[in-house]
Amino acid sequence: MTRRTTLRRVLVGIGVLVGLWLVVPTLVVVPISFSGEDSFAFPPRSWGVDHYATFFTESSWLTSLLVSLQLAVIVTVVATLLGTLAALALDRTSFRGRGALDGLFMAPLIVPGIVVAVALYAAFLGWGLIGTPTGFVLAHTVLALPFVVVNVGAALRNVDPVLGRAAAGLGASGWATFRQVTFPIIRPGVLAGALFAFVTSFDEVVVSLFVQSPQLQTLPVRMFTSVTNEVDPTIAAASTVVLVVSTALLALVALTRRSAP
Amino acid sequence: MTVTSPPAEADALAPPDPPSRRRRRRVGRVSLLLAVPALLVLLIFFVVPALRLLWLSVTTPAPGLGNYTSLARDEVTTTVVLRTLFMAAVVTVVCVLVAYPYAYLMTIVSGRWRGALLAVVLVPFWTSLMARTFAWVVLLQDNGVVNGLLGALGLGPVRLLGTTGGVTLAMAQVMLPFVVLPVYTAMRGIDRRLVDAALSLGARPVTAFTRIYLPLSLPGVAAGATLVMVLSLGFYVTPSLVGSPQQSMLAQFISVQVNQLVDFGAAGALAVTLLVVTLMLLGGVRLLTRTRGAGTGAGLAGGLS
Repeated sequence: MTRRTTLRRVLVGIGVLVGLWLVVPTLVVVPISFSGEDSFAFPPRSWGVDHYATFFTESSWLTSLLVSLQLAVIVTVVATLLGTLAALALDRTSFRGRGALDGLFMAPLIVPGIVVAVALYAAFLGWGLIGTPTGFVLAHTVLALPFVVVNVGAALRNVDPVLGRAAAGLGASGWATFRQVTFPIIRPGVLAGALFAFVTSFDEVVVSLFVQSPQLQTLPVRMFTSVTNEVDPTIAAASTVVLVVSTALLALVALTRRSAP
Repeated sequence: MTVTSPPAEADALAPPDPPSRRRRRRVGRVSLLLAVPALLVLLIFFVVPALRLLWLSVTTPAPGLGNYTSLARDEVTTTVVLRTLFMAAVVTVVCVLVAYPYAYLMTIVSGRWRGALLAVVLVPFWTSLMARTFAWVVLLQDNGVVNGLLGALGLGPVRLLGTTGGVTLAMAQVMLPFVVLPVYTAMRGIDRRLVDAALSLGARPVTAFTRIYLPLSLPGVAAGATLVMVLSLGFYVTPSLVGSPQQSMLAQFISVQVNQLVDFGAAGALAVTLLVVTLMLLGGVRLLTRTRGAGTGAGLAGGLS
């Protein structure tokens, strides 16, 4: 029995260490963002909100934040719409090539980001889409679609087919059935897919690095160049803002999941 | 963020519904045409660019497999490929060694603690990759916190930023969930009575573990390890920022071919090679998980890259 307790203590110790390793390093950006100095020194010797002031006033940071937010909203709308339609079309169908189609819808998740990035860069150069809003929207939509298709597809599998038959039997049209029966049931899945699409676009780095131009950068791209080219603690404020945004959104996902039937 | 996504994704990849359910078609089933807009976007802005890259790799600058053969002969390329394989292997081993006891701990604690352990492991999925990578750059700098800790233990200061050790520490943190989740899934499916039976028949605990428990949990380990291997091979952000240009990995190397040398032939050949290796490894995982039914987080791969 003592042997078992020892084992358990060792395991708990490992669990605590791993937990610290996973959670604590990320949080280091928060105190640095409130540092009063122009360095990454940790812990900071003085405090202030100068880095936030810079972040929200200097045009290169503020513009990239606004670009990222607008882009994420557009991508969310486009990807959610297209992905939901696709999931509806594919729900409970089977035909030759169905597996290949599923594979295609998952492919942007499986193919390494750098491969997608280089492929899109080569294509966009030829099509004149580098550094354009359209290029960004299309690239991010491709990356966000799988999340929507998976989430809505999973929600659709929970819809009892009898409900649709009952609605039809009571004289509802296909659209009325969808709007009044199917959609309310799959709404949490659609919402989760939409939030995944938002976070995918808002956080994406690799593909964005390749389709950006100095005139049109997203926030993660601006952060990437900041880490490679300069020692500017404004990035700590940027990181904190990004953490707050994604945490808030994912808390929302958790809430929709909890209220799901 | 993806508590329910791995099983959902496994469903999406699973074969279509069994015949009994397929027969119960919904009345007024929506037309397949609804999938067309999404399909067009994927075909034009994903499949076509990928095929174009493949085409470029065998036509630029001259038609033929010249890009592939010259890369195979090039010393720098082979060094980068070997270094990438080595780094991926190191990260995979670290992840497996850390994830195994962590996943086991998840199976023996109470429900509330299991939820907490799961939430902690999912933190890397929802925190911004850039924010996390920047945090590692700060922590690993010469006068950073990690070096402070090492110094206090009498081990430092050590150079971490730009070294294999630093990159491993940062990369393994990002990859850990991809091992913990499938290993935990596999362990949860193990019937504890098998171990109890072995013990009551006189097996020593170590024997019961190595002969019964370990083999039953191996499919999860294999699935997780392959995923981490695959993700590490193509990982760009963390090695670029935490590592050094002199120690570049494959993804950085590809990016240099494109951005600095504007050599789409070579970049295409490297990208195609990376993609083929990735698909082969993932195909292996699918075979493993299909036969044993262990869940994987394959679908989450794209979130990082």
